[in-house]
Amino acid sequence: MMWVIIGMAIVTAVPRFLPAFIVDKLNFPSWVDRWLNAIPYAALGALIFPGIMTVKPDAPHVGIIGGTVAIALAWFGMNIILVVIGAIATVFLVTL
Amino acid sequence: MKGLEPNTVAVTNQSERLTMLKRGVGAGFPIMLGYLPIAITYGVLARQSGLSNLELTLMSILVFAGAAQFMGANMIALGTGMVEIVIATFVLNFRHFVMSLSFMNRLREVSLKWKVPLSLGLTDETFTVSSLHAKEAKEPHGTWFYGALILTAYISWVGGSFLGGVLGDVIPGRLSQSMGIALYAMFIGLLIPSVKKETRVALIALLAMLINFFFSLFISDGWAIVLGTIIGGGCGVFLLKEGEEAA
Repeated sequence: MMWVIIGMAIVTAVPRFLPAFIVDKLNFPSWVDRWLNAIPYAALGALIFPGIMTVKPDAPHVGIIGGTVAIALAWFGMNIILVVIGAIATVFLVTL
Repeated sequence: MKGLEPNTVAVTNQSERLTMLKRGVGAGFPIMLGYLPIAITYGVLARQSGLSNLELTLMSILVFAGAAQFMGANMIALGTGMVEIVIATFVLNFRHFVMSLSFMNRLREVSLKWKVPLSLGLTDETFTVSSLHAKEAKEPHGTWFYGALILTAYISWVGGSFLGGVLGDVIPGRLSQSMGIALYAMFIGLLIPSVKKETRVALIALLAMLINFFFSLFISDGWAIVLGTIIGGGCGVFLLKEGEEAA
């Protein structure tokens, strides 16, 4: 069991720290910089959808409703904590 | 700093670091809120999969990747072989390579002795929150901000796993299911302010969503997210202006 955990740790850690050495050695042209600066937004998109529909796997609309409330709260400039709590409360009420 | 006694400089430095530390914990707080119920659930599930408390907590300490740990515990329960589990973990976590490249590129000026530990603490959540706090990278002692943010997330994850393993399901099922939306809501809460500031950001995110959705029909979720992130981000080359950054 210990070896499984150590194996998982190694294959997770190497892709994480390798870029620290890469950016130390390489200078990127400006288009690569722009690409890397867009990565957070792309990652957010890919992490939100379609994953959000699995909040309640047998009822994908639950996640969508919670997400819509989160969008509305964030749109009106609510603090991120309130966005999170609002979405939790929504899903709680929808699944009552 | 000219004219100040060295002593005063040291004190100023210290209080600046403390401020950054506090701000980092604050920025990490939504992650904590999202991680705790998931970590406890992981602890419970891993315990049922036959891992001891020590093993499941050690996995959280050494791997620190939610989805992969759920999958790992599941595969262990099914009696899957080690090589398969490790390969599946690699595939699922490879997206952190792309994220780390983006984050490390922003921390170019920081020394390796900071970059390496910060990179090891990158998850979907610590990466996205850190990236949307881009201005701290240019502030003095910015590394303390990111360090505190990551440690807040890390401690919640490890602590929550341990709690789940020891106490079992402490959060009522109803509530814990509702809390499954927490991290998605956090991602949305991070994305929307940037979208309001710059509409093209929405285009990048929407493209990434569609690409991820499309590929997830054919290949594993791990690779689909990697492709969505890389290709979606690739559109940023044309959409984002020179020097434009997450803010």
